[in-house]
Amino acid sequence: MTMANENSMNLSTAAALKGQGANQRKSQAYGPGQASKNLGDKGLTPIIEASHVSQSFTSDKGVELDVLKDISFTLYKGEIVAILGRSGAGKSTFLRNLAGLAKPTEGSVSYLGKELTGPNPGVGMVFQTFALMPWLSVQDNVELGLEARGVPKKRRARQALEAIDSIGLDGFESAYPKELSGGMRQRVGIARALVLKPSALFMDEPFSALDVLTAENLRQEVLKLWSKQERDIESVLIVTHNIEEAVQMADRVVVLGSHPGHLIAQVLVDLPRPRDKHSAEFEAMVDKLYSTLTGHSQAQEHELEMRELAGAQAGAAGERIQADGAGLSSQASNGLAQAPTGGAAGNGQTRQPGEVASGAVGMSGQAGNIDASNAINNTAETGNAGNFTTINTANTGDTVNPGNTEWPNSEEQLLPNATPGGLAGLLDAILQYQGAVDLADLASDLSFEVDDLFPLVDAGALLGILTVDDGRVQITDTGKAWQQSDILEAKQIFARLAMDHAPLVRAIDQALRRNDDGKLRGKLVRDRLRSRLTDDQADQQFETAVNWGRYGELFDYDADDDTFTLDEANA
Amino acid sequence: MTSMFTSAVSRPGPGGGNQPRLRVRILSDLVVAAGVLAVFGFVAYLLPGVDAPIGPQGIPSHVTTDVWDLPYYAMRSVFRMFIALFFSLAFTFLYGLAAARSRLMGKVLVPLLDILQSVPILGFLSATITIWLVIFPHSMLGVEAASIFAIFTSQAWNMAFSFYRSLLSEPKELDEAARSLRLTRWQRFWKLDVPSSMTPLLWNCMMSVGGGWFFLTASEMISVNNKTYALPGLGSFVAQASSNEELGKVGLAIVTMVIVVLLIDFLLWKPLTAWAEKFRITQSESAEPKKSLVLTVIRQSHLDDLLGRAFSPLGELLDRAGRVFGRTGARWESTGTRRKLGDWIFDIVLGILLVLGLAELVLSIKRSVGFAEMGQVFGLGGLTFLRVALLTAVCSIVWVPIGALIGMNPKVSRFMQPIVQVLASFPANFIFPFVTLWFVAWGIDINWGSILLMALGTQWYILFNVIAGASAIPDDLREMGSSFQLTGWLKWKRLILPAVFGSWCTGGITAAGGAWNASIVAEIVSYGRTELVGKGLGAYITQVTERGDGPRIILGVAIMSFFVVVANRVFWAPLQNLANRRYSLN
Repeated sequence: MTMANENSMNLSTAAALKGQGANQRKSQAYGPGQASKNLGDKGLTPIIEASHVSQSFTSDKGVELDVLKDISFTLYKGEIVAILGRSGAGKSTFLRNLAGLAKPTEGSVSYLGKELTGPNPGVGMVFQTFALMPWLSVQDNVELGLEARGVPKKRRARQALEAIDSIGLDGFESAYPKELSGGMRQRVGIARALVLKPSALFMDEPFSALDVLTAENLRQEVLKLWSKQERDIESVLIVTHNIEEAVQMADRVVVLGSHPGHLIAQVLVDLPRPRDKHSAEFEAMVDKLYSTLTGHSQAQEHELEMRELAGAQAGAAGERIQADGAGLSSQASNGLAQAPTGGAAGNGQTRQPGEVASGAVGMSGQAGNIDASNAINNTAETGNAGNFTTINTANTGDTVNPGNTEWPNSEEQLLPNATPGGLAGLLDAILQYQGAVDLADLASDLSFEVDDLFPLVDAGALLGILTVDDGRVQITDTGKAWQQSDILEAKQIFARLAMDHAPLVRAIDQALRRNDDGKLRGKLVRDRLRSRLTDDQADQQFETAVNWGRYGELFDYDADDDTFTLDEANA
Repeated sequence: MTSMFTSAVSRPGPGGGNQPRLRVRILSDLVVAAGVLAVFGFVAYLLPGVDAPIGPQGIPSHVTTDVWDLPYYAMRSVFRMFIALFFSLAFTFLYGLAAARSRLMGKVLVPLLDILQSVPILGFLSATITIWLVIFPHSMLGVEAASIFAIFTSQAWNMAFSFYRSLLSEPKELDEAARSLRLTRWQRFWKLDVPSSMTPLLWNCMMSVGGGWFFLTASEMISVNNKTYALPGLGSFVAQASSNEELGKVGLAIVTMVIVVLLIDFLLWKPLTAWAEKFRITQSESAEPKKSLVLTVIRQSHLDDLLGRAFSPLGELLDRAGRVFGRTGARWESTGTRRKLGDWIFDIVLGILLVLGLAELVLSIKRSVGFAEMGQVFGLGGLTFLRVALLTAVCSIVWVPIGALIGMNPKVSRFMQPIVQVLASFPANFIFPFVTLWFVAWGIDINWGSILLMALGTQWYILFNVIAGASAIPDDLREMGSSFQLTGWLKWKRLILPAVFGSWCTGGITAAGGAWNASIVAEIVSYGRTELVGKGLGAYITQVTERGDGPRIILGVAIMSFFVVVANRVFWAPLQNLANRRYSLN
């Protein structure tokens, strides 16, 4: 309860900061009209409010699985908000909660003060894969929502044509979606939402199915629509895993953490529009979000501090914009507000003691993996050993049954969805640089999005072949050794790393050694995973463990018989 | 510059409006108008016969075998078929929607459908005909309705199942779009549900009509309760000609049947499948567009636009009226304890009803038939089961290699596929008189011969599916085979057989299910006054149906359903599972 109160307080301070920032910029006069357009000073009318939204669902095994945990959020009139998070953070689920497409398990969502009991009438939704009816022409697709509202045929056609024109689809009215390119299809999707003149335009990773150039073009197109004086939409909420996209488009970025999804931070982006991707401020903001997303960053160290700052000194924030010459590099000084809810700082409180204990049991002896708040950066934190030793000692008193295989329990020990081949490729890419490299640079070099890059980085960090610190990634000596050795040696190194750092791989190995016939049913492993994960997650864990084990020649898995056997090299 | 000019000219622009195009359009108008009028004319011509009052001598027990009546008979049969198809479609939509959208109803309807699919349809006939005769006492409509109902029961289940499955597999984002746009249920049905299920539904319609001919033939002349009811139609014509020992006329009926099948394919299925191309959910254009002359003519004519414009206000009106059904997903489903409690109560009530029903069934069998006979009937079921198993095995051994060879040769398969399709939808019982005669002449035991009779109709499913499967083997796999010099048995073992395994499963299930049904007409056959009676569950059901022995009909039908369900669960389901897991090509 206290957490919740803090949360809402912080949000309101964030809003207050925002208002301040807008005023401030006005006085600084960034070009005519821009400031008022960016953060219209309409007095921050809330459009959609989510309070304490949690979402969980029951798996086939009857286990309750959390997807979202206690998120409170308000979408105000006149702003573009981006929801940013890695896969598994429940971004899309949260968007669907706000759109009224999925009922939150706990908490409530209201539109203009009225609590939702079904689809949100104020939302126009744009989908990742467009969601156009293939059998309807462009115009019929756009008219669909109007038809549902019972708008008469003539007026319907007129409004649809207006919307079609406004997004640059003139001439395509009678085409069918399958005749259009991806970019044009998404324009239809946007027109279909715009024609309803929704209070909030919801976009669910709208550009991720498009190629880079088309996506950029369409982004600009949406921003152009937004910057028009008489626009029909009052706010935009966009879900993305592309950090640059978030910084480019949003006035405010909401960062969600994973497993279960929770609010890590809210960051105000008060850069003038149109935004220059190559400006130092832009890049600094991107780097900052990267480090927030990797979880281990100065951001987290700042969080407590920020909370105090934001709470106590909201009024002073505006002044600090002028005071700080360095711009965006330091968040404390430029009015960026963070509202941690159940994030890293909260983890210690929300996690039940039993969970920590059981998690640590599986890891005993592996100091590097126990950081309950942060699975990713274990190697980075080995210097921070005091933290772990306390947990370790706390747990040695627990009843550890040596006869049982130590199955990984806490969700923090999930194996990232990465292949050894992908990891090797990543190391090659990092080695192009001397020393540490910004994740943002790496991502743009490889043209990876967050969902492509983070699993690899997480896996590398888990295995201790690279370290991540404040959004910068660096190869460790172990990593170098692995990368430089020949195939057989590399496999041996990988095997050792996997045994040391990947709990599921180790658990399978131990179970195989303990069983007299040297065999293990795959179903056993899968059932254990499914008892605490969604089926998809469980399958992914299983596949990753099999893949790592096979590559390291630790064990083999026969899909036909569904049995694990120890590899000869490991027997 | 010149080339640009010529290419711009040579491409006929839409709405170019030059003379020849206009002439074609007017010609098309005439053809389409004539076609529409002809359909109405046929219906008007046929209707009086359907509703004819019963004469003083009661419902006729035979039909004339005048060759010149054949066209009229054919039309009556087709008419019956499409009325049944109409009701099957209506049933499909209602049942599918109920099963997919209502959680509680789905719990009952889905397993029920699974069982209904396995129940031998011909067993229903006797039970239903008495009901229909009571509902329409004074006209031929009663017998007509019974026949139509029999066809309906052969068509509806697989269509309903396909629609139900399409509803469940609607793309998630389209469902969300429909809800987010707050479509009414009526709009959702027409803009999302029906279009997205169109392609599989159409396929199942074709299958259903093809299978329906078999039951049409068997239900136009029904022997129930020691009485025979005959309706004018192709099937009764064959039955009559066969009992009159007029082989030539049976041959003519077969020719008529082939023409009917081809005409329906040309006038209906070809244009419909070409038209349904636009309902495919894939966003990309398909490689080879399906073409249909009839559809082209209709599209060229002005009539389709005209009709579209004429009916548009009606559509708007219906749309407005459809608002009473409410919006799709307008309220979230309730969750939590109340729902759980409701589920519990529902499950308990259902369980009690099920147990009571089963107990009643067992008790009634014990009272009227006795457990001893039940054991015997099980034995008969075992015999028929052996026949079905042998038939499936032999047909597979024969047709899988042939089908694979045809399918892997694109030229041959393009030529053969429509032929096999016609063969599959041709009612095999038209040929029964010839085969029976052959059995009598050579003294072949019907206990073995019935296997051939059952195979006549059902083997094509295996062939048809294997051809489709083999033609779907990707080119690069085939090229790999030749590049690595896979030849002979190795090629079959490693490439071809695994690749067609899934299609063989699909074909095998259909063939085996069809064979069970066919056993009812194949284990007892007659020509003229000779009757050959085999030993088996099919023969048992036919005999007790003729006697009108209610409890024994139920017993026979229940045991046959039991065999089919068990065979599907124990044998086919694991095979299909394996096919999906190991041998699927994508």
